Amino acid sequence: MATTEEKINTEQTGNEIEGHEIEDEAIDDVKLTEEELKELEKIIEENKGQRGVLINVLHKAQKILGYLPREIQVRVARGLDIPFSKVYSVVSFYSLFSTNPRGKYTIEVCTGTACYVKGAEDILKKLKNELEIEPGETTDDKLFTLETTRCVGACGMAPVVIIGDDAHGRLTVEDVPKLLEQYQ
Amino acid sequence: MAPKAEILVCGGTSCYSSGGPDIYKNLIEELKRKELEEKVKLTQTGCFGFCEKGPVVVIYCEKEPNGIFYCQVKPEDSERILKEHIINGEIIDDLLYEDPETGAKIPGHEDMGFYKYQQRIALKNCGLIQPYKIKEYIARDGYRALGEALSHMTSKEVIEIVKTSKIRGRGGGGFPTGLKWELTAKAKGSPKYVICNADEGDPGAFMDRSILEGDPHSVIEGLAIAAYAIGAEQGYVYVRAEYPLAVERLEQAIKDARELNLLGEDIFETGFKFDLEIRVGAGAFVCGEETALMQSVQGERGDPRFKPPYPANKGLWGQPTVINNVETLANIPGIILNGGEWFSHIGTEESTGTKVFALAGDIHNTGLIEVPMGTTLREVVFELGGGIPNKKEFKAAQTGGPSGGCIPKEHLDILMDYDSLIEVGSMMGSGGLIIMDEDTCMVDVARFYLDFTQDEACGKCTPGRVGTKRLLEMLNKIVEGEAEPNILEKLEALSNQVKKSSLCGLGQSAPNPILSTLQYFRDEYEAHVFEKRCPAGVCEALLDYVIDEEKCKACGLCAEKCPAATIEGDKEEGYTINSEACKSCGICEEECPFEAITKG
Repeated sequence: MATTEEKINTEQTGNEIEGHEIEDEAIDDVKLTEEELKELEKIIEENKGQRGVLINVLHKAQKILGYLPREIQVRVARGLDIPFSKVYSVVSFYSLFSTNPRGKYTIEVCTGTACYVKGAEDILKKLKNELEIEPGETTDDKLFTLETTRCVGACGMAPVVIIGDDAHGRLTVEDVPKLLEQYQ
Repeated sequence: MAPKAEILVCGGTSCYSSGGPDIYKNLIEELKRKELEEKVKLTQTGCFGFCEKGPVVVIYCEKEPNGIFYCQVKPEDSERILKEHIINGEIIDDLLYEDPETGAKIPGHEDMGFYKYQQRIALKNCGLIQPYKIKEYIARDGYRALGEALSHMTSKEVIEIVKTSKIRGRGGGGFPTGLKWELTAKAKGSPKYVICNADEGDPGAFMDRSILEGDPHSVIEGLAIAAYAIGAEQGYVYVRAEYPLAVERLEQAIKDARELNLLGEDIFETGFKFDLEIRVGAGAFVCGEETALMQSVQGERGDPRFKPPYPANKGLWGQPTVINNVETLANIPGIILNGGEWFSHIGTEESTGTKVFALAGDIHNTGLIEVPMGTTLREVVFELGGGIPNKKEFKAAQTGGPSGGCIPKEHLDILMDYDSLIEVGSMMGSGGLIIMDEDTCMVDVARFYLDFTQDEACGKCTPGRVGTKRLLEMLNKIVEGEAEPNILEKLEALSNQVKKSSLCGLGQSAPNPILSTLQYFRDEYEAHVFEKRCPAGVCEALLDYVIDEEKCKACGLCAEKCPAATIEGDKEEGYTINSEACKSCGICEEECPFEAITKG
């Protein structure tokens, strides 16, 4: 329990109280290149002053590095003139926003009912064995991040695994090693 | 010169991911090479629905006006299709659909069980038109309903037609759409909003996705009509991020509609003004619940809230709001054009019209079907679905996703409509229909759904947050074989409490999969709890170790190593494990040099 509280406290120090007025020193976990900064500023500029755009902005911002480090969250908060606490609360609520670095390819194993009935669990087990990681983790070579995902609506080709932007359907456990080879 | 033939290539999700785009590309190249471009029209359509047999290619020509339906086409078949079918006029036998019962080849989709019983209203354009082309939609009466409504009807008359049709919400609750519109139209406050709920989160449901991908304009038109009826000028489509192709096609459709002034200012020169924005979700099942969805449209955490006030009075940004599901909206243009009476005569008395179901699981024909409400489950499973593969027995049909329940064999003749499904302890939900065969463990199915709802519960109310967690823990104990004898009573009691006391629909319906499986498959629960046995042979912890006679070389190592001396036999006769005495320590499995011992 204590550790959770500690974590929350350290995560919110300075930001919760100060709202969006955060000193530059607070942003220290990742350095964005000038190009990346420009891209982020462009996204913020396009949406500034409009209502209800936070989630859209975060989607676009996440594309820059593949995840949302604290620096990006802070800059979004400042740019849209909303408290950092609100940005963080949205980032932590939705499962598609990540605060950890991701591999080059994200492997998403569909855990919808149709895939479950057709053996998605076995496929996941095989992927865990092959990559030696658990869902939510990234391989040491930063090539793959393994995730389980909610139904992707391709139930006709269950079980389904999505790697990057490609959907692979009607898989068997034996197909897994070959499938991974395509991306290595 | 008018084209002599038309080739339709399915561009639905399933076909798209299994080679559809390559088939399309190859056909373009082959048409060029054979100089057939002017004679043959090539179209990439939305979903045909028959995902099991995809990628699908349908060819219409003078000789076969009803079309020839080719299944499981490969990119390299493109040349053959043009050479044999288009040039030589021969039907390619080995690409035709084969009836699983008789083995007969069926060339036309109208003769296939899968299509024969369907009646398509919401899906009428899916698999026929090119979703990217607004003109193809217009050629099929598209935007005529909006024109009619704006030019010749008052908003009250529009609501009246929808009320006469008796259409009910296709997203789950089944609330009468006309009434919803009327309440919002009468509510005080301006501006008002319309929202399309395309956050199709129920695992196993993909009809909304197919409509958005195959016929996006029907949803835009439905929304515009709803906006006119209630007096809104701004609408939103909330789509889940897991559906990128749907987002892409919808974006294009909105752009095209703006260009033709079907969205924007002074639509049809009537002074009516309406525009649309897309909001993409970020992975939260609870956002399918309407109050949570509105929070998310506002760019916030998707926390649901207590109702009332209902969105009709206090919705998006506190203003009166109509929220309709994709399939509901896709039905609206047809209702306006053909009248409410026409629609109300389809289906049953209280559940009018048709319903799209997503058939999946242990069934021959997975895919999307649209049938009149009140079609029996038996017809859906055995006539349209083609029955259960591998000669297995039908065990249960799951409807309503994580909020629904399982329908057992004895209810196969149930009518698929809102009220009949509730009567047997399930619900319509958005129309996901997962078929399960005899090898499915119903306790494990309940555990699967609770694992889902527990993980997706937002954490705002205690029954949703803690109650679902405790329910899942109990189910885990049962499948692990560690349950105490009175656990089923506790499970039932807590299920009822969570149902009654949760804040939103997610928590209130989360125990349904448990309650319905307890109702129909209690003996299976009892076998897990009292006999520590999984009758379907699924729950690993409850399986016994057995020796595979074929692999066993009768070396006797297992009998030697077994600490409980439960393995009997000799090197002549072979060995067997006495399962009653076995302690499931697993040492024999580890020691066996031939991998002949497994749980099963």
